[in-house]
Amino acid sequence: MDHASLSIATPAPVLTTGKQKAGLVLAGAGLLLVLVTWAAGQAVAPVPTLLAALSLCTAGVALFIREEYLTRPAGIQNNGAWFRSLSARGVWGWLTGVLITGFYVCLYWFPGYLTGLTQLFDPLSRLLRNTAADQWFVYGTLYTAAVLLMGVKFFYKYRHNPYQRWRTVSVMFFQLGFAFLIPGLLLRLQYPELYFTYFWPLSYYQGTPMAHAGYSGSGLGVFFFFFGLAMFFIGAPVLTYFFGKRWYCSWVCGCGGLAETAGDPFRHLSDKRLRAWKIERWMIHGVLVFAVLMTALLWVNVATGRGVLQAYSQFFYKSYSFLVGSAFSGVVGVGFYPLLGSRVWCRFGCPMAAWLGIWQRAKSKFRITVNGGQCISCGNCSTYCEMGIDVRAYAQKGQDVVRASCVGCGICSAVCPRGVLRLEGAEADMAQRTELQRAILFPSVPA
Amino acid sequence: MHIAIIGNGVSGITAARHIRKGSDHQITVISEEADYFFSRTALLYAYMGHLRPRDLRPYEDWFWEKNRIGLLRARVEAVDFDLKTLLLSGGKTLLYDKLILAAGSQPNKFGWPGQDLDGVHGLYHWQDLEAMERHSAGLERAVIVGGGLIGIEMAEMFHTRHIPVTFLVRETSFWNIVLPAEESAMINRHIAEHGIDLRLETELREIVSDDKGKCRAVITSTGETIECGFVGLTAGVHPNVAFLKNTALEINRGILVDAYLETNLSGVYAIGDCAELRQPPPGRRPIEAVWYAGRRMGETVAQTVCGQPTRYDPGIWFNSAKFFDIEYQVYGDVQVRLPEHCASVYWEHPDGKKSIRLVYERASGRVLGFNLMGIRYRQDVCEQWLRTATPVGQVLEQLGLANFDPEFFPQHEQELVGAYNRQTGNKILLKQKRGLPAVLRFLR
Repeated sequence: MDHASLSIATPAPVLTTGKQKAGLVLAGAGLLLVLVTWAAGQAVAPVPTLLAALSLCTAGVALFIREEYLTRPAGIQNNGAWFRSLSARGVWGWLTGVLITGFYVCLYWFPGYLTGLTQLFDPLSRLLRNTAADQWFVYGTLYTAAVLLMGVKFFYKYRHNPYQRWRTVSVMFFQLGFAFLIPGLLLRLQYPELYFTYFWPLSYYQGTPMAHAGYSGSGLGVFFFFFGLAMFFIGAPVLTYFFGKRWYCSWVCGCGGLAETAGDPFRHLSDKRLRAWKIERWMIHGVLVFAVLMTALLWVNVATGRGVLQAYSQFFYKSYSFLVGSAFSGVVGVGFYPLLGSRVWCRFGCPMAAWLGIWQRAKSKFRITVNGGQCISCGNCSTYCEMGIDVRAYAQKGQDVVRASCVGCGICSAVCPRGVLRLEGAEADMAQRTELQRAILFPSVPA
Repeated sequence: MHIAIIGNGVSGITAARHIRKGSDHQITVISEEADYFFSRTALLYAYMGHLRPRDLRPYEDWFWEKNRIGLLRARVEAVDFDLKTLLLSGGKTLLYDKLILAAGSQPNKFGWPGQDLDGVHGLYHWQDLEAMERHSAGLERAVIVGGGLIGIEMAEMFHTRHIPVTFLVRETSFWNIVLPAEESAMINRHIAEHGIDLRLETELREIVSDDKGKCRAVITSTGETIECGFVGLTAGVHPNVAFLKNTALEINRGILVDAYLETNLSGVYAIGDCAELRQPPPGRRPIEAVWYAGRRMGETVAQTVCGQPTRYDPGIWFNSAKFFDIEYQVYGDVQVRLPEHCASVYWEHPDGKKSIRLVYERASGRVLGFNLMGIRYRQDVCEQWLRTATPVGQVLEQLGLANFDPEFFPQHEQELVGAYNRQTGNKILLKQKRGLPAVLRFLR
C-alpha cells in the first residue's frame, strides 16, 4: 500500500463516457474561443464570439452534468476523484494550473497582454456599466461565469443535500448580485464601484485613508466605508458567534464562492498533515498582523501630516498589495487550485478568515458534532476537507470539531458514509466544546 | 514489560494506543498484511478513487515512533506459549511478557468447486483489494456471492468502474437475516436501481475454470452459467486462528476469552474478530466481527494490561453501513422476526429511500431499538432512551432530539408519530424538533 494510486493494472481507469467527452469538447471549444482571443491580442467580432463562447461552455457543462450526475441516483459522487488527470494532479491538472496562473500574472502585472480579452468583453461592459471594459471587468465576468456554471454543476452533484443546495444558491446569488451586477450598475449611475460583500482587511484598500478620502465625495461611499468597518468590528464577531465563520466564508464571500464551485473538483488536494496546520497558523495570523500594521501606518502617516512615515507606509502598502493582494490571493490562491486545492488563500492567507477564525475558536456556538462512536476512520471527511482539517482525528475520538479554519462548507458531513458529523450550534456548552466526549470509555465502567 | 500484539487492525492498534496512554510498557505490533494501520472498512473508497491508499491510514507515519509503538511486518508462524515466544517468518523469534491476539478474520469459503481459482477473492485484506484491482482491467463481468455488507460494497466498487455485476443472494431478500422485511426490500430496489443484476434465492454451485486456472464462469443453483472474469466470495468471515491450532490455547470457532478478554492462558488475551466470548451478555453473539466491537475490546484490554482489570462491556448494540447511497444505522435490538411481546412502528418515505423503525415492548411500552435508513440519528440520545427503558410514547414526543441529519434536511419524526397513532389509536404529539440545545438539556 505504498504506491500513490491503488491502480496497478489500470493506472488510470477510464471513467469518462462518450457523452461526457462530448460535453468536455463543447465546453473546451468555448474556452478555446476565449483563449484564442487572448492570444491574438485583439477580438474579432466580440459580440458573436463572446455569445458563442458562453453558449458553448454552458451547453458543455449542461451535457457533462447530465451524464455525470443525472444518469444515476442522487448520492455522493466522488468516483475517480483520485484517478482523473484533472483532479489528481495529472497532466491536465498541471496544464490548468499553468493557464490560470498565467492569467493572473497578466492580470496583475502585464494587463497589456489582456487587450484581446478586454476588447472581447467591451460590449458587455458598455451594456452593464456604460463604460469601456478594463482587465478587472474581464476578470470579474470570467469569475462570475465560473461561479455560476460550476455552481450549477455543484448543485446537481449534491442535489440530495439541502444544506449544499442552499449554500450554493447563496454564493451564486452574492457573486452575481453583489460582486458583479450591483458594482456595475453603481458605475453606470456614476456612483463609486462598491462591493458590499468584501470588507477590510480582505479588501485591504477599504480601510485605508485613500479609500476614506476617495469615498468622501459621495454619501453612499461614506456609508460604505463605515459599513465595512462595522462589519469587521461588530458584524464579524456577532454573526460568527451565532453561525460560525461559515456565514461569510462558505455562504457569502466571493473567494469562498469560487472555491466552493469552480474549486470543488480540487478540494481533496489540500494538505492534511500536522505540519501544514502548523505553517497555516503562523501564516494566516501573520498576514492579519501585516494587514493591521500596514493600515495603521497609513493612518498614522496621515495623522502626523504625511511626515517622516510617508515612505515607510507607502512601502508597506505596496509590499502588502504585491505580496498578499496579488501574488497570494490570486496567483497562488486560485492559480494553484489544481495543485494545492481550492482554499489555499482562505487557509493560509486571508486576514478576514483569520479574524473570523479567532472568533470561531474563542466564542461561537458553532462546532461539528461527532455522533457517538459511529466513526469507522475511513478518512472521507479529512480527504474532502478543503481547509485541510484532519476531521477524522476528531471523529474517531468522538471529539467535536472546533477549529479556527473550518469554513462550515458541510462536505465532511455530506461525504461521511456513517452519518457521524453534523454542523450545529448551542450556547449551553460553549466553554466545553473542545473537550473529549467519548474517547476512552473506561475506567468509568466498574471492574 | 513487553506487550506483543498480533494484528494491526483496529482492535490491535486501539489496544496499543491505550496501553501507551496508560503505561510505559514496550509495545510491538506485528502484521503480515501491511506496514501501517489502515481503515479496513474504507477499502472500497480506495478502489473507487475517493481516497488514495495512504488516506486510509488514520495516523501519520511518524505517529508510531513518536508514541513508541513498535511496528513489525512479519507473519507469525506459531506461538510457543510456554516459552512466551513468537516464531516469525524468516526464522526470527520474538519474546513477550503479555500477548494480545488480534488476528482478525478470514473470508468464508464453503467448499465450492473452483473456490481457489485465480480471479476468485474475498474482500477483507489489503491484498484482496490489490487482487480486485489486478483483475479489473478489461473485466467484462464480476459475479458476487453472498448477500451481506461486503457483497454490496463489492458490487458498488465494480459498478463505479462500469463493470457489470451479477449479485447472487441466497436469501429471498437482501440481508434479510438482519434487516426487517421493509428495509430489506428497500435495498433490493436500490440495488436494481443502480443496474446491478440482483439474483435472489440463488446460490453458487460451482466456479468454472478456463485452461489457465482462472475463473471463467459460475454455475448457479438454478443451473444457469454466467460468464465472468472475477468471482467475489463475500459470504461472511470466520476467525483467523489456524496458526494457533494444536496449542494449549482453547479455541472453539474463535479464541475463547473470559469477561476480561483473557484466554485460558494467563497473560494471553484475544480481542476483535478472532475472539469468542465464553459468556456473551444476553442477546449478544459470542463473536461480533464489527469495527466497533474490535475498537471497544482494544480499549478494554488495554486497561487490564495496564493494571486495571476491566470487564468487557459491549455496551448497547449499534452498527452502521451504507448501501450504495442509502445510509443505515441501528441502535439497540431490532430483530427480523419480532418476538410476540414486541411491536414495531415503521414509516417509509414515499420515495422509498428513507425509513424510521422503532421497536418497543408491548406491555411496558419500553423502547428496544431504532432502525434508520437514509436518516441519521444521534447515538447518545438513542442510547439514553434505551438505557433508561423510556416508554415509546415519551420517546415519540421527544423524537426530534434524535435527529442528526444536516441542517435544512426535512424532518420526518412527525410522520413516524402519525404512523404510531394510526397503528395504536393513541394521540401522541411530537413536541420536540431537531437541535443541539435541547439535546444538551436532555443529556445533562
